[in-house]
Amino acid sequence: MNAFEYAQPATLDEAQALLTSASGPVAVLAGGTDLLTAMKQGIVNPARVVSLKSIEELRGIEVSSDAVRIGAMTTLSELAAHPDVARLYPCLVTAIKGIGSPQIANMGTVGGDLCQHPRCWYYRNGFGLFGMNNGASLVLEGDNRYHAIFGNDGPAKFVNVSSLAPGLIALDATFNVRGADKQMRDIPAADFFKTPSAPEESLTSLAAGEVLTHITIPAAQTRNATYEVRERHGLDWPLVTASVAYTDAGGSAQNVRVVLGHVAPTPWVVDAAAKTLEGKAIDEAAAAACGTSAVADAKPLSMNGYKVQLAKVAVKRALLAAAG
Amino acid sequence: MAKNAWPSADKRSLIGKRISRLDGPVKSTGRAKYAYDISRPGMIYARLLWAPYGSAKVVSIDTSAATQIKGVVGAWPEMKDGDEVRFAGQVVASLAATSEEIAHEALKSIKVVYEVQTPQMNDVLLEKAETKEQRDEIPDAATVDKTFNEAEVKIEGHYGAAAITHCCMEAHGQVAEYRDNAMYIWPSTQNVSAYAAGLADAAGMPASQIHVDCQYMGGGFGSKFDSDQWGAICTRIAKETGKPVKLMLERDHELMAAGARPSAFANVRAGASKDGRITVWDSTAWGSGGMGGSRALGVPYIFGNIPNIRRVSRSVRTNRGSQRPWRAPGHPQSCLVTMAALEDLAAAAGVDSLEFFLKNLDYTERPDVYREELRIAADLIGYKDKAHPRGDSTPGPLKRGLGISLHTWGGAGHKSESTVTINPDGSASVNIGTQDLGSGTRTVVGIVVAETLGLPLENVQVNIGRNEYPASGASGGSTTVGGVSTSTRDAATAALNALFEKVAPALGVGADQLEAWQGSIHVVGDASKSMPWVKACSLLGQIPVTGKGSKPASDGTQLDNSGVGGVQMADVTVDIETGRVTINEFVAVQDCGLIVDLKTAESQVYGAMIMGVTYALYEESIYDPVTGRMLNADMEFYKLAGLADVGTLKVHMMTGPGYDERGVIGLGEPPVISPGAAISNAVANACGVRVPTIPLTPNRVLAALEQGGKLA
Repeated sequence: MNAFEYAQPATLDEAQALLTSASGPVAVLAGGTDLLTAMKQGIVNPARVVSLKSIEELRGIEVSSDAVRIGAMTTLSELAAHPDVARLYPCLVTAIKGIGSPQIANMGTVGGDLCQHPRCWYYRNGFGLFGMNNGASLVLEGDNRYHAIFGNDGPAKFVNVSSLAPGLIALDATFNVRGADKQMRDIPAADFFKTPSAPEESLTSLAAGEVLTHITIPAAQTRNATYEVRERHGLDWPLVTASVAYTDAGGSAQNVRVVLGHVAPTPWVVDAAAKTLEGKAIDEAAAAACGTSAVADAKPLSMNGYKVQLAKVAVKRALLAAAG
Repeated sequence: MAKNAWPSADKRSLIGKRISRLDGPVKSTGRAKYAYDISRPGMIYARLLWAPYGSAKVVSIDTSAATQIKGVVGAWPEMKDGDEVRFAGQVVASLAATSEEIAHEALKSIKVVYEVQTPQMNDVLLEKAETKEQRDEIPDAATVDKTFNEAEVKIEGHYGAAAITHCCMEAHGQVAEYRDNAMYIWPSTQNVSAYAAGLADAAGMPASQIHVDCQYMGGGFGSKFDSDQWGAICTRIAKETGKPVKLMLERDHELMAAGARPSAFANVRAGASKDGRITVWDSTAWGSGGMGGSRALGVPYIFGNIPNIRRVSRSVRTNRGSQRPWRAPGHPQSCLVTMAALEDLAAAAGVDSLEFFLKNLDYTERPDVYREELRIAADLIGYKDKAHPRGDSTPGPLKRGLGISLHTWGGAGHKSESTVTINPDGSASVNIGTQDLGSGTRTVVGIVVAETLGLPLENVQVNIGRNEYPASGASGGSTTVGGVSTSTRDAATAALNALFEKVAPALGVGADQLEAWQGSIHVVGDASKSMPWVKACSLLGQIPVTGKGSKPASDGTQLDNSGVGGVQMADVTVDIETGRVTINEFVAVQDCGLIVDLKTAESQVYGAMIMGVTYALYEESIYDPVTGRMLNADMEFYKLAGLADVGTLKVHMMTGPGYDERGVIGLGEPPVISPGAAISNAVANACGVRVPTIPLTPNRVLAALEQGGKLA
């Protein structure tokens, strides 16, 4: 990796000053499980790295009657171990356990999980965010078994690999970000993720100098779950995940959200499929129908048609898991 | 007079017992120094620049900018202008610097211009492979066709295994240090005694001045027999700069260039009578081991005496790093193709798989051994209770199934020499130029010496891993244990007999009436006449005695043997909605003659089963068809099984009468041969369709289910 400046400020003010004053590219260091690899691979080459590890206000979980507020630097292990999180949001706990590595869950943070770089092997092997070679897409011509089946019309064919994002979107979470001008703004979880149409475009809606500080999730009692399919039983990336949440109104589902992970350049919200369940009891037939509906618009590439089947099944099983 | 022949069961204190490996504590505490851990004063670090294209011509290499970087000691082109790049990962240039980080970064400043060409990457579709050569053919077309056409039961199927790489935990590489007109090398190698020969040119000195030291190995699996191009580069830089040099491959380069097991595919036709008697085998096989192609597939595996056989093998050249011997070269692929096709035949005949294999054992070389092993494996896995015809009819998406496979291997000992020294203070040591790949060789050598001298294991100093010790063969092909146990038994016996010559007068008998047993020297048949070991050794006076031993043994006694049989059975669950395979239980029954250390033998089998689950379910070298780059040259997407993946493993070693008296036989290869076949057969039994190729990943399982009309 290139030589770089390293700063570990104690306050957000200092951190944001460091982020905006750099003369070259900057990178925010949270747990480092993604950033350090990306720097070693030479796909991220910051002139300055600003660590958020010493900023106390970014850590911890606050529970009030109407919301749970999670600091972006809270580790994934801390989140999974929190009793209120476990009680209210099993979909998040399952997603964290699905990482299959206590070491990564101990180091990785909530904010870092949401801001990861794609794992696309063309990107990681130096062919750029879109995996291009002489103007042609290597993803289309080559091995795309792990690539997107939705939202892949543009140049981005990679998948978003956040473990938490599908669950947070399903739970109607809000991402709290702080601008370089110290003003806070709230971004609905689903709006945080962007599909870039040019390689220099951001994968999130964070502006320059903005820092994701907290995630706020409504504390309303919902039924929610995550189902994940991966190749290995231990540490592995999922092939497909589905996170679902709904309000149980006396046996019928309301406000149903169904969100897929690892299928598109962003977490993939399938509202149309979710709507088919409104007011219904979640049973095997309804869940299966929702799964089928969720993948109706999938556009698999040459080698990843099997992920359509996996997405269908993941939606069904997540719904049945939520229904209990 | 001590004899070379192995002691009878009642006279074995150590041989055949469960003994923990001698180097377990130093390895588990991190004190063991691997090549990677060697650090020398003033050491510099070498790194290699590799070509990122499967096929290209080198137009120019410019190292001048790299040599200007602070900390860079030197940079050297390793190819000439106009040379052809034949695989991504081929070494183009080298560089040395004062730190690993500088070396790594400075590589980017070496400018190479390539004329990029289209690589040949396809090995799956024979009709689209651009280069193929016929490797062998056994034509008997008329009889084979007639027998097949008239067979009561017949199958036609496609089977195969993707190319994989060795993925040693410790990458290839070494440290080299030039001083006092000699070269000192610390490599990671399977071939200590012969390693220096490959470096003489690079070192500019005869092999006799090159000292090799490899005490611990982080895996080789057949990929570390040679000193390799990188060994030569490291040695050359050490000589040229006068500084110690460390050159270990980086993980991506290791996976691309330093290992490869050829792919193998086959179209098979086979026939049987309706009661499950095989009548005919007819196959066309092909595979690729990179630019070197691959050798013919040995099918039908084990069942070589099937009456009507025709087979054709073709070799496909691809622009990949060349194949290296991978643990039991050719056998896992041949075994998969054969056992899968035969299992399909059994299913087509409606005959239980176990019964089918039993019924056709006379087509193998060792039917009695396989019969006994099948019975034991069936008991261990609960075959009778779990077996069902192909396709688990239980409702729901989770389908359970059993699979069987059989295998064989040679395993005779390689050439070996050693010396055993008994000192006047009673201590004993053995010197032998072998190596311990993690298989337990150090421990086995110690056990043989201690058993021969009648001493506790801790009283024997075992010296291995240096080329100044008596030469012993490369550790490959399961040849080590037969070689080193023979030469050390021979050497220890010679040393003991020299000691007996000194002791015999004191006990008033001839040397030929003595034996060493449990810390004393006894007169055979007279318990009252004995002398404690230490006292006996003191009779040596000032001079130790050293016995020399060899394989073959000096007196011609054969202490090793060849030819083993093994049976494995897998119990799996397949989720037919997701295509995911879970190993429930996995049983291995194995014979390997006289077992020296039961614990390390069992460990070998456990390790092979884990390696087998890995290649059966996950492992695959994935290449980009456009650029020729290996896409998963890492340990993130080159997937190895973890503990959560392997299920419950059960190992049963065949020992006792009928096995022990055969002598010592190697065990490294055999248990890694059957896992792919046994697991593939279990998956077919569970979900009702054959998944043609391994690894059995969800995409492949779902595709097979869809094709078979079984997708939920």
